[in-house]
Amino acid sequence: MSSASLENILRKYDGSPHNLLQILREVQEAEGWISPERVAELEQALAMPRSKIVGAASFYSFLHLEPVGHYRILFSDNITDRMLGNQALMEQLCNLLWVEPGKVSEDGLVSVTTTSCTGMCDQGPALLVNGRAITRVDAARIEALAERVRNQVPLAEWPAEWFQVDDNVRRRDILLDSQFEPGSALRALHARVETQGVQASNPRSWREGLPRGLVGPATMLDEVKHANLRGRGGAGFTTALKWEACRNAPLAPGQDRIVVCNADEGEPGTFKDRVLLTSHADMVFEGMTLAAYAVGARRGFLYLRGEYRYLLEHLEGVLARRRRDHLLGHNILGIPGADFDIRIHVGFGAYVCGEESALIESLEGKRGTPRNRPPFPVTNGYLDQPTIVNNVETFAATSLIALHGGEWYRNIGTAQSAGSKILSVSGDCERPGIYEFPFGVTVAEVLEACGARDTQAVQVSGPSGFTIAAHEFERKICFEDIPTAGAFMVFDKRRDMFEVARNFVHFFAHESCGFCTPCRVGTSLLRNLMDKLHNGQGSPYDFQEIERLNHILQAMSHCGLGHSACNPVLDTIEKFRPAYEARMVHRDFTPAFDLDRALSQARQMTGRDDEMAHFGTEHGDAR
Amino acid sequence: MSDTFTLDGREIPFEPGQTIMQAALAAGVYIPRLCYHPEFKPHGSCKLCTVKVNGRHTASCTYKAAPGLQVESNTEELNTERRTLVQMLFVEGNHFCPSCEKSGDCQLQATAYELGMMSPHFDHFFPDRPVDASHPDLLLEFNRCILCSLCVRASRDVDRKNVFALAGRGIHSHLIVNAASGRLADTNVALEDKAVQVCPVGVILKKRRGFAVPIGQRTYDAAPISGHVQGSASLTEE
Amino acid sequence: MDVVEKKKLKVATTSLAGCFGCHMSFLDIDERLFELVQRVEFDRSPLTDIKEVGPCDIGIIEGGLCNAENVHVLKEFRRQCKVLIAMGACAVNGGLPAQRNHLPLTDILSEVYLSSPGLGNGLIPNDPELPLPLNQVHPIHEVVKVDVFIPGCPPSGDAIWKVLTDLLSGQDPRLGHGLIHYD
Repeated sequence: MSSASLENILRKYDGSPHNLLQILREVQEAEGWISPERVAELEQALAMPRSKIVGAASFYSFLHLEPVGHYRILFSDNITDRMLGNQALMEQLCNLLWVEPGKVSEDGLVSVTTTSCTGMCDQGPALLVNGRAITRVDAARIEALAERVRNQVPLAEWPAEWFQVDDNVRRRDILLDSQFEPGSALRALHARVETQGVQASNPRSWREGLPRGLVGPATMLDEVKHANLRGRGGAGFTTALKWEACRNAPLAPGQDRIVVCNADEGEPGTFKDRVLLTSHADMVFEGMTLAAYAVGARRGFLYLRGEYRYLLEHLEGVLARRRRDHLLGHNILGIPGADFDIRIHVGFGAYVCGEESALIESLEGKRGTPRNRPPFPVTNGYLDQPTIVNNVETFAATSLIALHGGEWYRNIGTAQSAGSKILSVSGDCERPGIYEFPFGVTVAEVLEACGARDTQAVQVSGPSGFTIAAHEFERKICFEDIPTAGAFMVFDKRRDMFEVARNFVHFFAHESCGFCTPCRVGTSLLRNLMDKLHNGQGSPYDFQEIERLNHILQAMSHCGLGHSACNPVLDTIEKFRPAYEARMVHRDFTPAFDLDRALSQARQMTGRDDEMAHFGTEHGDAR
Repeated sequence: MSDTFTLDGREIPFEPGQTIMQAALAAGVYIPRLCYHPEFKPHGSCKLCTVKVNGRHTASCTYKAAPGLQVESNTEELNTERRTLVQMLFVEGNHFCPSCEKSGDCQLQATAYELGMMSPHFDHFFPDRPVDASHPDLLLEFNRCILCSLCVRASRDVDRKNVFALAGRGIHSHLIVNAASGRLADTNVALEDKAVQVCPVGVILKKRRGFAVPIGQRTYDAAPISGHVQGSASLTEE
Repeated sequence: MDVVEKKKLKVATTSLAGCFGCHMSFLDIDERLFELVQRVEFDRSPLTDIKEVGPCDIGIIEGGLCNAENVHVLKEFRRQCKVLIAMGACAVNGGLPAQRNHLPLTDILSEVYLSSPGLGNGLIPNDPELPLPLNQVHPIHEVVKVDVFIPGCPPSGDAIWKVLTDLLSGQDPRLGHGLIHYD
């Protein structure tokens, strides 16, 4: 990289240390990794200690401080990818390329390893090559891919259909069925405000607190309140309450209010935001603009998960068009002082950044560690400014509410859960994809719609959610019953629910941020215990140990990741106990330690192959 | 008259803005802790100081005291949970007390004694964490790091140097220093830095000072760590 | 005294990857040894020179596991003893021998037998009589269930005495301040 191009990158990001992660991303996209020389240059240019640059970069799976090969191939390793045979495919690729999983080939050409769910469960098995998603991978595709890697064919010349990502929308309701016209929601709100009083177009209302009687932003807040809109990220916090708290938070001189759209869709099995951003980006950005009007913000961020990096150019295009059409930028809709703009921040493979305070830390260019709360982001968020963080779907719903009114919206769904929910359906069913239903739909109805048969269980809301067994299929998807961020993974009777839970436990161990002791160590200990059972070394002792760790994780962890890391285990123990009992093959304590394996290096070095070198049956040590 | 909350049945007065930990310390009540240090902004990562506030688990070092709170700390349940956390720290790193210069003065060790930890219980991770002996006067023994980040905070907030930082994620989290070589000798660390003084365990050590104090006269030989809080009673002894 | 009337408890002790320091400390219970032998009789132990452990009430293990024979002896002890005690740092957490654990055993053996000058004939010993070293050194609870731990390097005679007398009187062993230590 020339120093000129580094300068360009720095200029693009205002030379600000808060934009460190985006600067690092662009450096890496140009050079494949972040070399010590670049770190040294950035240390100077950003006036930032190296320890902070390295500390932040090393937190993220997709930022590389060491070379990772000209081709970096990551297999998505969600349970749905496993069910579609990703392990055999990865083995096939490693064999074809003569590489060991997780290591860079000796010629520096390629590395192959796994990554957490990439959000392509409806068209898996999936992988990422240099950050770009390849879907529907099969043996033939692996063979062709290996050949292109070996011949060093540039990614741009690989077949376009490999990179094709389909929306797979199977059922549309109010949101996905709306023929949304960009700007229509803003105009509808504006019109609604004008019928109630001229003050609505008072430009001061855009950026200042809510003085009494100022009806413009209040109108938007009222509609969202009437609509009883609740956050779509899973927790279901009342959106209007969050926005009001942000609007009412005092601003220090020089501060702004901030609107953040959380598109760090990292929960395994969820991919609805991918589709919303692909085909309904205007609704999302318009919802953010409406929210900005409601809370009085002038700056917004879309935090886009690294796995969806391929959407960046498309989304930047939508933003540019909206600026051109006066739907974003200065004087929106020609209203003087109505200023709001959105920047896209690309993430780098860190699930914990879906937690709103970790996301804000990451936006600030730091390690994605969840903050201590209180204070909450609504008063002390991005750079200590009042900040709202909402899900992609929440903002899209906001546009609908502005268009049709809160009254209309609240009459859809159930008493406590207004509106519709977009589900990401994957796993054992005929028609995986996106299903939008009014809240209150039963699990059975969704299963029927997606063509699932002989279903044993559904994982609703991803690993951190709920394992729903067959006797519960009449339960409803809504905040009163089963709340969800959108994942809906189907497992038929062939599946081993212990292995499902084990996959999820591996996920949490990989994604723990490492800040607090119980989660950092506990998720790894839990992973080791589940592996121990998997390896045929289980006894009732391990069962007690699992329960002990579950308790510590739930009671003592710093954030929701640790609290929910044991959910899949607790649920499957309760509902699929035989799957665990089948693993209790020993009556008494049996160690994970394996004597024969523990002698492998000594045998190799001494060349011994006698009976004692295997320490087998002679001494009665057969396990 | 200041407000009070209840800690293990005792009325604890507090000033506005104080955390449960701060008020407890001021009242002479020991709550186990490793990442909390009175001179630094609470961090809330080790979770040793977890108490139950109105029945819910929370870290007492970050939780603001409020009138009428019912706080449990010195209970069998919480001390058992804390013991598990200490065991996690022991198996996560390589903690061999017999060969550690900090033995007898180490807060991890003293806290484990206080909680009656007889064994590390879990299988050890035995991580590979090479020591950094590059500096002429200081040794960095990463095997003993518990990621409390006190040195990070001290270097950043007091020394204004950022000599130390945390890197990596999850179980691979680790301490780094601010030098391209990765060596402490190539940083601007100084012996009088606050960051060099605050390590609760045996990571940041002054060279040629090891084992200077005879067994029996070290910090926690005479009295357990709870006894170092004025007026506090031990957790484990009746 | 009714102690004499009672059947004596059988106790076995051994040192695996340890230095016998804990056994020395055991002897530091001094004159209390007389009281002890009123109540127990020793099976396999360096004190008796009995080589194979028989059925026992209490087994005391010093040292961790660094080779295959250690594992074998430990499993024998576990099989034969009702209560198994890990005595000392090495048994409890691997101790000093475990400080090799961050090095691959292959590197250690090469360094010692192949690249160091003046040692042997440049061959790694491969006599079938020799127990093979394990890839890593392990504390004993990672291989068998352990009932009681006495930490310390070594634990003091007083600590050992406290644990044994607690056990003999049917209590859960506890070590208070001053008796519990890891160094």
